[in-house]
Amino acid sequence: MQKESKANVSGAPVLSVKDVSYYYGDKQALDDVSFEVLPGRVTALLGPNGAGKTTLFSLITRLFDAPIGRIEICGLSPAEVGSRALAPLGVVFQQPTLDLDLTVKQNLRYFASLRGIPRKEADERMGRALDALDTRERIGERVRALNGGHRRRVEIARGILHSPDLLLLDEPTIGLDNPTRMAIVEHIHRLAEDDNIGVLWATHLFDEIEPDDDLIVLDKGRIVARGRAKDVVKETGAEDLGAAFKLLTSDPHEGVAA
Amino acid sequence: MNVAHLIRAFNGIVGREMLRFLQQRERFFAAMVRPLIWLIVFAAGFRAALGVNIQPPYETYITYQVYITPGLLAMIQLFNGMQSSLSMVYDREMGSMRVLLTTPLPRSYLLFCRLFGSVLVSLVQVYAFLLVAYLFGIDLPSTAVQFSEQGDVYMLPSLTALISVLPALVLTGMMFGAMGMLISSTIKQLENFAGVMNFVIFPMFFASSALYPLWKMREGSVVLYYVCLWNPFTYAVELIRFAFYEQVNWEALAVVGGCTIVFLGLSAWAYDPSRGIQQRKVGAAA
Repeated sequence: MQKESKANVSGAPVLSVKDVSYYYGDKQALDDVSFEVLPGRVTALLGPNGAGKTTLFSLITRLFDAPIGRIEICGLSPAEVGSRALAPLGVVFQQPTLDLDLTVKQNLRYFASLRGIPRKEADERMGRALDALDTRERIGERVRALNGGHRRRVEIARGILHSPDLLLLDEPTIGLDNPTRMAIVEHIHRLAEDDNIGVLWATHLFDEIEPDDDLIVLDKGRIVARGRAKDVVKETGAEDLGAAFKLLTSDPHEGVAA
Repeated sequence: MNVAHLIRAFNGIVGREMLRFLQQRERFFAAMVRPLIWLIVFAAGFRAALGVNIQPPYETYITYQVYITPGLLAMIQLFNGMQSSLSMVYDREMGSMRVLLTTPLPRSYLLFCRLFGSVLVSLVQVYAFLLVAYLFGIDLPSTAVQFSEQGDVYMLPSLTALISVLPALVLTGMMFGAMGMLISSTIKQLENFAGVMNFVIFPMFFASSALYPLWKMREGSVVLYYVCLWNPFTYAVELIRFAFYEQVNWEALAVVGGCTIVFLGLSAWAYDPSRGIQQRKVGAAA
């Protein structure tokens, strides 16, 4: 299987969102949102519940189309070229999406087939991906038998199985204990750096964001701050990211320091 | 996207459907028990009371059990179509539908693969049911086989009948699967599904030619007769009935083919990201 894009080699953005607005009936969910995700960088999308994170992810993954504005994944617009634009994309949804009645191996093989990866290559890739997430010994177990932490690791392994240029993570650590969360955070940062993957990480947990990460703060469908996380904190004059978030958003109770 | 990718995705989706089916043994037994009760208990009891005249495709008088067998095959497929629909609603609620819909292949192709997987599952159930029906001695198309010159003559299932019914079963399976897919796009929650199933399955089954020929239905009620005439299930039953006797009911073929195209088109529309029903549902959760 070949990647369709060379974006991560050239350094061009792996995700470009330009002037995107979205409405549910009369209610505006996104208001003129624009940002880019660069290869090898983790971009944190921070926002309270209802800020528009899930809507944005649904538009990027083409669960529905963006009628206003433009989205490009490695230079290709899903609205123009259709599903083909999703080839360089790996996704870990907020909601668990593994088939509970199948084993880890069967789940990963199923995903590999959807991505057109031959069986033998799929087995090699899943071995490497599970090794990287310390989950290889679970490969023969049914997903139903795994705990929450291992399930999320398998979901992340699945998200990187086809060597994506862009990895979307929609609150992937929700419901996990602290050590597991931190292990996943560390792994994702290492993955972005080592494999030059651009990562867009939606979260509301401040401790998952590192000072050097790119940060986008979304509130009520609008971007209210952007830049390096440490610079955003500095610009607001706050002591830390949690305090900056309170200053930037309308709902001071949504973000969690964990 | 290339041909190899399309084939691998097809194998993956169909293989997953089969794997899930094999792991759900209760589903298989339920699929068998339901029509067998109709065949062995209901039909045996009504055998004396309900005579069936000679009518195409039959060339002689037949027992009531023989008459209702094609209807029971269609019933298995209808239940399977609804089960597939339930599975799609479950996948949507559990999230695994998102994995399918974010695959870099045309969505209509992915839905077709999903549908074909469901048809294959229904074929396994249908042929298993036919095998049991033969074992119970139902007088279905058979071939006389004599293994030696002086040996006994055995009546074995007619291979040509089993093969000639296959295209009809594939088409009717596609129609019920597409109908189920369309229904799945309109159901908001898993909890609503049982009611919808009852609302769809039982009226379709009873108001059709599955249990009684239409002429007999007309004797009882003209209104019911016209309801049966407008019911696609009637044509699915007749398509299977004729195909099982190596004949083609062209009217049934046209109706089942037309309904399959309409249901497939509406399903593709419903799952289309630019204007589909999914959009409103995700929106509610955003």
